[in-house]
Amino acid sequence: MSPSREPLFLARQNYRRRRISDAARLLPFLGVILFMQPLLAAGQGGNGTAGWLVYVFVVWVMLIVVAAILSRRLAKTGSDEVSPPGYGVEDAR
Amino acid sequence: MALPFNILVLVCLAYVVFLFLVAFGADKRASQGGSNWLGLPLIYTLSLSVYCTAWTFYGAVGYAARSGLEYVTIYLGPTLVMIGWWWILRKLVRIGRAQRVTSIADLISSRYGKSNGLGVLVTLLAVVGTTPYIALQLQSVTLSFAVFAAAAPGGFEGADLSATALWVAVGLALFTILFGTRNLDANERHHGVVTAIAVEAVVKLVALMAVGIFVVWGVAGGTTEIASMIADSPISNWNINPGRWAGLTFLSAAAFLTLPRMFQVLVVENVDERQLATASWAFPTYLMLMSLFVVPIAVAGLNVLPPDANPDLFVLTLPLHYNQQGLAMLSFLGGFSSATSMVIVASIALSTMVSNHIVMPIWLSARSDEGATVSGDVRHLVLTSRRLSIGAVLLLGYLYYHFSGGGAELAAIGLISFAGVAQVLPALLGGIVWRGAARNGAAVGLIAGFAVWAYTLFLPSFGEAGIMSAQMLTNGPWGLEWLRPRALFGLAGLDPVVHAVFWSMLINTGAFIVVSLLSFPSPLERLQGAQFVNVFEHSASTKGWAHGGAEAEDLLIMAQRIMGADEAQTLFQAQASDQGKEGYLPDTTPDFIARLERELAGSVGAATAHAMVGQIVGGASVSVEDLMAVADETQQMLEHSSQLEAQQKELTTTARRLSEVNEKLTQLSIQKDAFLSQISHELRTPMTSIRAFSEILRESDLDHAAQEKYAMIIHGEAVRLTRLLDDLLDLSVLENGQVQLYPQHEPLSHVLDRAVAATSSLSAGGIAIRRNPEAEEIGLYTDTDRLAQVFINLIANAAKYCEAQAPCLEIKVSQKLGELRIDFVDNGGGIPPESQAVIFEKFSRLSDQAAAGGAGLGLAICREIMDKLGGTVTYLPGQSGAAFRVTLPVAM
Amino acid sequence: MTDQTSDLKIGGDPEPTVAVTLPRHVLVIEDEPNIIEAISFILSRDGWVVATHSNGETAVEAVLKLRPDALILDVMLPGRSGYDILQDLRANETTKDLPVLMLTARGQKNDRELAERLGVNKFMTKPFSNAEVLETMRALIEA
Repeated sequence: MSPSREPLFLARQNYRRRRISDAARLLPFLGVILFMQPLLAAGQGGNGTAGWLVYVFVVWVMLIVVAAILSRRLAKTGSDEVSPPGYGVEDAR
Repeated sequence: MALPFNILVLVCLAYVVFLFLVAFGADKRASQGGSNWLGLPLIYTLSLSVYCTAWTFYGAVGYAARSGLEYVTIYLGPTLVMIGWWWILRKLVRIGRAQRVTSIADLISSRYGKSNGLGVLVTLLAVVGTTPYIALQLQSVTLSFAVFAAAAPGGFEGADLSATALWVAVGLALFTILFGTRNLDANERHHGVVTAIAVEAVVKLVALMAVGIFVVWGVAGGTTEIASMIADSPISNWNINPGRWAGLTFLSAAAFLTLPRMFQVLVVENVDERQLATASWAFPTYLMLMSLFVVPIAVAGLNVLPPDANPDLFVLTLPLHYNQQGLAMLSFLGGFSSATSMVIVASIALSTMVSNHIVMPIWLSARSDEGATVSGDVRHLVLTSRRLSIGAVLLLGYLYYHFSGGGAELAAIGLISFAGVAQVLPALLGGIVWRGAARNGAAVGLIAGFAVWAYTLFLPSFGEAGIMSAQMLTNGPWGLEWLRPRALFGLAGLDPVVHAVFWSMLINTGAFIVVSLLSFPSPLERLQGAQFVNVFEHSASTKGWAHGGAEAEDLLIMAQRIMGADEAQTLFQAQASDQGKEGYLPDTTPDFIARLERELAGSVGAATAHAMVGQIVGGASVSVEDLMAVADETQQMLEHSSQLEAQQKELTTTARRLSEVNEKLTQLSIQKDAFLSQISHELRTPMTSIRAFSEILRESDLDHAAQEKYAMIIHGEAVRLTRLLDDLLDLSVLENGQVQLYPQHEPLSHVLDRAVAATSSLSAGGIAIRRNPEAEEIGLYTDTDRLAQVFINLIANAAKYCEAQAPCLEIKVSQKLGELRIDFVDNGGGIPPESQAVIFEKFSRLSDQAAAGGAGLGLAICREIMDKLGGTVTYLPGQSGAAFRVTLPVAM
Repeated sequence: MTDQTSDLKIGGDPEPTVAVTLPRHVLVIEDEPNIIEAISFILSRDGWVVATHSNGETAVEAVLKLRPDALILDVMLPGRSGYDILQDLRANETTKDLPVLMLTARGQKNDRELAERLGVNKFMTKPFSNAEVLETMRALIEA
């Protein structure tokens, strides 16, 4: 039960799961980079509000879609790390 | 032209009543246990929308009208935090549940060694940071009323604005008190409030989108038209301010984590980690939809409405301009929902903090000489202090609104508030990722950050006529230029908010890290640090109490006062059975005490719970073993020791069971001998009288009266012998399972009546019996004659053994957890703990001879009977006197 | 055998009879009212002056106050067992030689052994024969 006791060579499913959680960790950084794009354009003039409006919302929707896919896969396979409802830590011992 | 103001008030009231019903229904449902839909990720996601306040609803459009696209930063921060849930939120939620955290102040206090000082600090910071924000909500509701009032044909006077705000504040206080403090939930969850918030979330989203759709397709005529409208508008060329764009995104992300109301819905009200997984994408979607039509609405407002129109109210004034009464009404309700949901959740969160970190500690220290066990019902006190705190928080908000005059732009107040509460961020994040984070560091960082925030942002916000003079703002205090509030250390040219956030966070974080590095934390703090940082690896509980020492019964009494009798008894019983023991009093192992402390923390906060348990357990709080656990930092050691620990734990439990069985066997063998000896004694005693008097009768010439008397004695003793033999046979039949039951329908009250009548003639002990006839109106289908036999025994026992001046027996009937409970509680001295285990054994009469009359078989027979009836009879410790509990399955 | 009895018999017949001796006092410590009644009846008919006491805790005080010539002691008493009382009496200078008849309803072998170790004069199991009690009491006082 204890997550600290895992074998060295993970099963394929476990391996996949870990990579998904890596992706979930990286997603906010991708978000930061994309959302900070307008900074690069600052001072260059010709910043149409409508254009950036579309850009921001497209990035937004894309992040949401990726987050949804990742979180669904994490929740589905993650019975050992995402604890089931109503389980306190003391019960997991 | 506009709809009458009265109708607006009516619709508003109807909406509030509807919310009341929703909250009431959800609470009711939750209390009946049928609350599966309350745990839905959707409800959780929608409840997060308390982030979107009236500032968002009305202010975002105003913001866009002034500064173009910048308004989205307020939503981008939370979006990044949500999609990055795997980093921070997941950990916070796990910690929140493991440690039963009740508020953000409680989390900080608990992490840094259950320090109440830090709890107070965070609470004060939260109150100072939130009060202007509550004022802002009151202002926006009032302004929106005024918009309708102005449009209405002469119904409403502008002078009543302050009164409107007051009424709104009073109404919100009532709602919050009703649903926020109905009970002292062990987990601090408020199903009713959360459901009402979820409904409001839908209303505000629908309202804003309806206005947006109306503007795009109704007014402009389509997406291309609106795009060209944007291109022609004053905000077409977006002068991006890089500092504000990045700074505000960071600030909104920080505030999303640290705002008391956000912590309340994100962590405290969370029932299941899976809710978070769904919310990680669903809540960004909500935010995205909320901001989708902001620019179109702003552009349309700038285009159509007169130049002096307040852009903060475009959402309302646009539909009114086009005479769309229904849409305006919906939009008004959306704004109303945004304001009310924020105020409700914020005041619940603040009142919990004020009550747990300020009121309770003061109360505890005021009566520290009495100790936690003898004080009255703590639950009542906690609830009262929360109610008063809610009132006080709203009063503060109202006063702020009243005296500030409600002039500043909405967005400005919001950002100032954000920057204030964001000061908790270093202590919060540091606390969950860095074990070296120390209490002193957190305290110094918080104070420094807060001071910088107040100096550079909060105080200047009152304007030049306010607390800081114009001269001081331009030249700095005493002419020291490098201390100018808006250009600290010569950093001029930055936006004031970005400037304040930059310096306050830098100084806060710097002080936090440096002081943490220099200080040496207490053992308890280090333990908590390890628990928080490694919450996923250590699944072990927080240890904190040295072995032994505490009296289980004292703890039970205290726990009953805080958690309620049923919950406390269930907890103690479960723990006892985990340890392989029977009854309600487990061994007071460190594990158990730590768990109890966490349960109590769910009601009164970590620091207070620690103090209360400390009053009973006393003494040192951390053992050498516990410290060793902290010292073993390498993964390998932890792995190894946790394996060993598990094995050892198993062994300990087995050993405990074995020793208990062994003890029982030994006792049984002793009892077997004692049984024979007892039988001998019980039979020989009446026999002695019979033999002696029959010899007397035989050999002597007695007068008639004496003969008569002695014959009576012989008769009486023969009856006594017969009764004893009957009891023995009864018990033997029951024990061998050959008993025939005769179930019949009979109300419980009737069975109790019979038992009371039978004992009144039998014992005539003069014990007063208190009953509750209403609770006894329960139909039974069981062998009620046998049940009555049990009751008679228990009542007769009380009559015989209760040594109070005015003996009194209370019979309490209740239904809990699918069983019927009948408690017999007298006001005598009770049964000493060492005897509680044996009273149900045969011949275990406690006082040797006494006036008992029986042979000590009564309770043994009771236990056998209840066993046959499918129920139990147990001794209930921790009551005013001796107390026995009879339970029967309700299905009967 | 005891000082008391020899005192009582000063100037008495070499062969003492019931009629000529002074009344002999006996204290019965027992908690069953019917048994008290039976023993009182039997002994007083034989010329004994009978006093009774039914509480174990205050039994030793009662003995010291009443100074009986002989004692009948039950084993299972409320408050204190007959064995404890006997032990106290034997430890006290004035009562160390007091004749004691113990009555018990338990009557197992180890009960008797314990009583004898503590210095009982006679040990009888209930139910008893009246005649046996009378004889025993007479024997105790004359020994």
